[in-house]
Amino acid sequence: MKLELKGITKRYGSLVANDHIDLTVEQGQIHALLGENGAGKTTLVNVLYGLAQPDEGEILIDGQPQHLGSPSHAIKAGIGMVHQHFMLVPVFTVAENVTLGMERTRVLGLIDRRRTRRDVRELSERYGLQVNPDTLVEDLPVGVQQRVEIVKALLREANVLILDEPTSVLTPGESQELFRIMRELRSGGRSIVFISHKLKEVQEIADTITVIRRGRVVGQRPPTTSDAELASLMVGRSVQLRVTKPPASPGDVRLDVQGLTVAGEEDKSALDEVSFQVRAGEILGVAGVQGNGQTELCEALLGLVPAAAGSVRLEGQDLTHATPRQRLHSGVGYIPEDRQEDGLVAGFSVGENLILDVYNEPPYSSGIALDRGTINKTAAERVADFDIRTTSTATPVGTLSGGNQQKVILAREIGRDVRLLVASQPTRGLDVGSIEFVHRRIVEERDQGVAVLIISSELDEIYALSDRIAVMYEGKITGFRDPDVPPEELGMLMAGASDADAAAFGAAADHGQIAGGEAADETGLMEAGLYGVGLPGVAGNRREPADEGPAAGDGTHADGSDGSGSGSQSGGTQSGGSGSGPADDSGADPE
Amino acid sequence: MTTLTTAVRSTVAVNRTLIASATFVAFGLADILLFGLFSHGDATFAFAQFGAKVGVPNLVLPAAPVAYALGAVSIAIGVLRATVPLSRAGRRACIAGAVLAFVISLLCWADAGNSTALNVINLLQGTVVYSIPLILGALAGVMCERSGVINIAIEGQLLLGAFAAAVITSAFSSLWLGLIAGSLAGGLLGGVLAVFAIKFLVDQIILGVVLNVFASGLTGYLYDRALVPYQNRLNSPVTFSSVKIPLLGDIPIIGPVFFDSTIFLYITYAMIALVQVGLFRTRWGLRVRAVGEHPTAADTVGIKVLATRYRNVLMGGLIAGIGGAFLTIGQVGSFGKDMSSGEGYIALAAMIFGRWTPLGATAAALLFGFSTSLQSILATLNVPIPSNILLMAPYIVTIVAVAGLVGKVRAPKADGQPYVKA
Repeated sequence: MKLELKGITKRYGSLVANDHIDLTVEQGQIHALLGENGAGKTTLVNVLYGLAQPDEGEILIDGQPQHLGSPSHAIKAGIGMVHQHFMLVPVFTVAENVTLGMERTRVLGLIDRRRTRRDVRELSERYGLQVNPDTLVEDLPVGVQQRVEIVKALLREANVLILDEPTSVLTPGESQELFRIMRELRSGGRSIVFISHKLKEVQEIADTITVIRRGRVVGQRPPTTSDAELASLMVGRSVQLRVTKPPASPGDVRLDVQGLTVAGEEDKSALDEVSFQVRAGEILGVAGVQGNGQTELCEALLGLVPAAAGSVRLEGQDLTHATPRQRLHSGVGYIPEDRQEDGLVAGFSVGENLILDVYNEPPYSSGIALDRGTINKTAAERVADFDIRTTSTATPVGTLSGGNQQKVILAREIGRDVRLLVASQPTRGLDVGSIEFVHRRIVEERDQGVAVLIISSELDEIYALSDRIAVMYEGKITGFRDPDVPPEELGMLMAGASDADAAAFGAAADHGQIAGGEAADETGLMEAGLYGVGLPGVAGNRREPADEGPAAGDGTHADGSDGSGSGSQSGGTQSGGSGSGPADDSGADPE
Repeated sequence: MTTLTTAVRSTVAVNRTLIASATFVAFGLADILLFGLFSHGDATFAFAQFGAKVGVPNLVLPAAPVAYALGAVSIAIGVLRATVPLSRAGRRACIAGAVLAFVISLLCWADAGNSTALNVINLLQGTVVYSIPLILGALAGVMCERSGVINIAIEGQLLLGAFAAAVITSAFSSLWLGLIAGSLAGGLLGGVLAVFAIKFLVDQIILGVVLNVFASGLTGYLYDRALVPYQNRLNSPVTFSSVKIPLLGDIPIIGPVFFDSTIFLYITYAMIALVQVGLFRTRWGLRVRAVGEHPTAADTVGIKVLATRYRNVLMGGLIAGIGGAFLTIGQVGSFGKDMSSGEGYIALAAMIFGRWTPLGATAAALLFGFSTSLQSILATLNVPIPSNILLMAPYIVTIVAVAGLVGKVRAPKADGQPYVKA
C-alpha cells in the first residue's frame, strides 16, 4: 500500500505546525521522519491517524484521496499507529487490549475469550512477537507492551504502521529487537513510518529519511547520509556534534554513597543498596532505562525522600539525614529531571527563580524583606553570563523556551559555589544549540574541580559527558564501566544482565567473535530474551569508541527521550509555552 | 547490609499480615470479653415464619459458651493468618469466618436470658429489604464510575425517584407507571449530571453534591406546596405486595428471605446479574471499562468515549431511580421530606468497599442492610445498652473490617476525569 501526503498544512492559531508537507511512503518501505522536538512530526502523524484534521492538503492511499476524520477512519484505511505513550489499558489482559474495539463475540455480545486468545496467539506467532494473551499488560516490560501495540495494529490489518518515537522507552537491546520486528514486517510488504530524533537509529533502519524542521520538509536523504549532514538539516545550521572535553583530572573522593536504599512501592526497594563515589573534577554518568531508580537516587541525594538504609557523605560530612536546605548549604547543586515540575516556579520571574534556593539569605534578603535591588542586579549578571534569552529579568519564567528555562536552572545551581552537581536528564527536550551550551557548562564545572553526577537515559549523553559510567537496573547499580565500553555491553547492563556476563559479552563482541543474537544461548542470557530484551545486534551498530568522540552525540538526542508527558501528544498542548511545542526554542534562540 | 535491606523490604508485607491477624484477634477478644462475659442464660433463635408450610424448631444456645467458642475460633483464625501463607480465597474465608463469629456472638449476647426469641427470619428479611435501595444505588454508582464519571448524586437520584414514584402512583393509581416514573426521574438527574460533567467539564464531586442539594430542595418545596395540601390525590400511593416464587419460596429459611418479596427484590437480582455479566463478560462492558480506565486508548480504537459515558450515566440514573421508587411504593407508601436520609451516600460507600464490582457492592450493601435490620430487631429485645450505642456496633465492625482486612482499593483510573479530545 502506498501512502501519499500532499501539501498537508496544520495550524494551531498563529502557529503553523505543518507547512505544506509532501511525503510518499512506498509499499514495503521503512520511511523515517527525522526532526527535532517540536518540528511537527507528532502533529503530522496525528493528522495521518485522524486525531487532528489538516487545514489544507490531502492524504492518498494507493492514489485514492482519504478523509480521515477519526482514528476509526484511519484504521479502516489500513493505517495503524504505535503511540509514544502506549494506548493500552494496564489492567486489561493482552488479549483484551489487542481486540478492544473489534472484540470476538458470541450471542448477546458475550466475549468469546477462547477465540480471542487464539487469534492473538496466532497473529503474534506469525510475526515472531512473543506475547502471552492472558498476561495483564501492567505486568509486562515496556518492550513487550510495545509489541502488544504492534499486534493490536496488525490485527486491524494495518498496512501502514506509524511508530512514534518507539525507541525512546527501550533499552538498546529492546530497540534491536524492535528493528528485527520492523524488518520482518517490511518483508511482509507492510510500510512503516518511523519517527525519531536519533540519527543513528534512523540511519540503521530506514530506507528513506525525510527531515522535518519547523513544520516543513527540508530534505529527503538516503540512510547512507552522514551524521553531520542529517544533523545540520535537522537543525538548520552546522552543529558541533561533540563536546570538546579535556581528559579529567580527578581529585579526592567528594561524594561517597554507601548502601543507599530507598523504599518503593509494595515490598520492593526503589533504590537497593546503591554504592558509588564521585571524585572532585570527575563526571560520573548514570545510565539506565527510565524508571529504574534514577529519580529516587536524585531525590535521596537531595534529601527529598528518606533513606531507608545506607549513607551519603559529601567531603566526609554525613548528609544521610540532612534536610534539603542543609544539603544545598553543603554545596550540592541540583538540576532536576522535570524542570517545569521541580526546577522552576513558572509564574515567578526569571530573577525570582534565580534565587529560589537562597532567597532568605544575605545579600538577597535582610530581616523579613527581600532586597529587590540586589536580586535584580544579580539576575541581570546571570542572564548575561548564561546567555538567557529573555526580554527582562521580570519576565515570568514559564514564558521562556525550554532551553532558556534550563539555562535559568543551570545559572541558579552552578552560579554559586557548588561542590557537587547532580544533573538529571539535563538536556531533555532541548534543541541542539542549548544542548551544546549545557554540556559545555557542565564540563567547565568539572574542570573547576566540581564532582558531577549526570543521570541520563540517553546513552549518547552518557557517552558525551562521562568520565566513568554506572548503569542502573531495578534500583541497583549493575556495573561500572569506562566510557570506551561498547554500547552493547551497557545495553546488557541496562537490561539487568550481571556485571560479569556483560563484561564477557563485551569482551567477545570486541573481538568480533559473536554475530548478532546467536550469542544469546552461549552466554546463557535467554531470560532476557524472554522479555524480548534480546541481545543487541553487533553488526552494523557498533559505535566508535568514546575517545574518538561520541560521534553524533549531541545531535542525536536533540529532543530528549520521551520529551514531556503531554507536549508530544496533542496539538493543543503544543501551542502552550510548555517548552516542547513546535516553536520550542526557535523564537528565543535565533541563529 | 543485605539483612538490613531484606528487613526493610519485607516490613511492608509483614505489616499487612500482622494488621490482618491482629484484627482477627481483636474480633475474637471482643467476642469473649464483651459478649461472652456479659451474657447470662440461653439465647433463643426462632426460624419460623407465620404461616410457613414447613415448621422449623427454635434453636436454643447457651450464650456465653458459644461466644467463648466463637471468640476462640476468631483468635485461631488470626493465628493461622499470621503463621500460614494463604491464598486469596483463603484470606477471604478468614474474613468471612471472623465476621460471622462476631455477629453470632453479638446476637447470642443480645438475646441471652431474654424470654423473647430472636427471629432470625425477620432479621434476614429485614437485611435484604433494607439492602435493596443500597444495592441499586451502588449499581448506579458502578455503572457511572466504571465509565469514568463520579456519581455522588445517587442520594438525589434516590430521592427524586421516590418522589416521582409516589406522585405518579397516587395520581394514576398505577404501580407500574409509578415504577417507571421513579426510574425516569433518577435517569433525568443522571442526564443533568452527564451533561454538566461530560460536556461542561464541571468538577464531578461538586456537581454531585449540588445535584443532591437540588433534589432535596426541589422535592421539599413540592412536598410542602403540593403533596401536603393534596395528600390524598398526590401522596397516598398503594404499595407493591409480596410475590412468592413457587417452590423456591417454600424452602425453609431461604424461601421467606430471598423468594418472598416485592417485585423490587427480583428487579434487584436481575440488575446485579445484568451489570456483573455485562461489565465483565461482554463487549459492551469491556468498552465501558476501557473508557473508564484509559479513554484515549479507547478513542484510538474507535470507541466513542463521550457517548459511552452519557449512556452509562443515564443507565445508572435509571437504576438508582428504581431504588428510589422502592422507598415509597415498595416500602413506606408515602413520600416524606428527605426520606432517602443518606442512603445514597451509604450506597456510594458500598460501591467503594465492593471495589467497583456489582457483586462486591452487593455484599457491602448487604452488610449495611444487616446493620439496619439488626437495629430494628434489637429494639424489640430488652438489650441493656442504649440503642444508639448498639446501632453503632455493626458500623464499627464494618469500618474495622474494611480498614483491617480489605486491602487497598483501586478506582477506575480515569474516574472523575473529563475527556477532552486533543
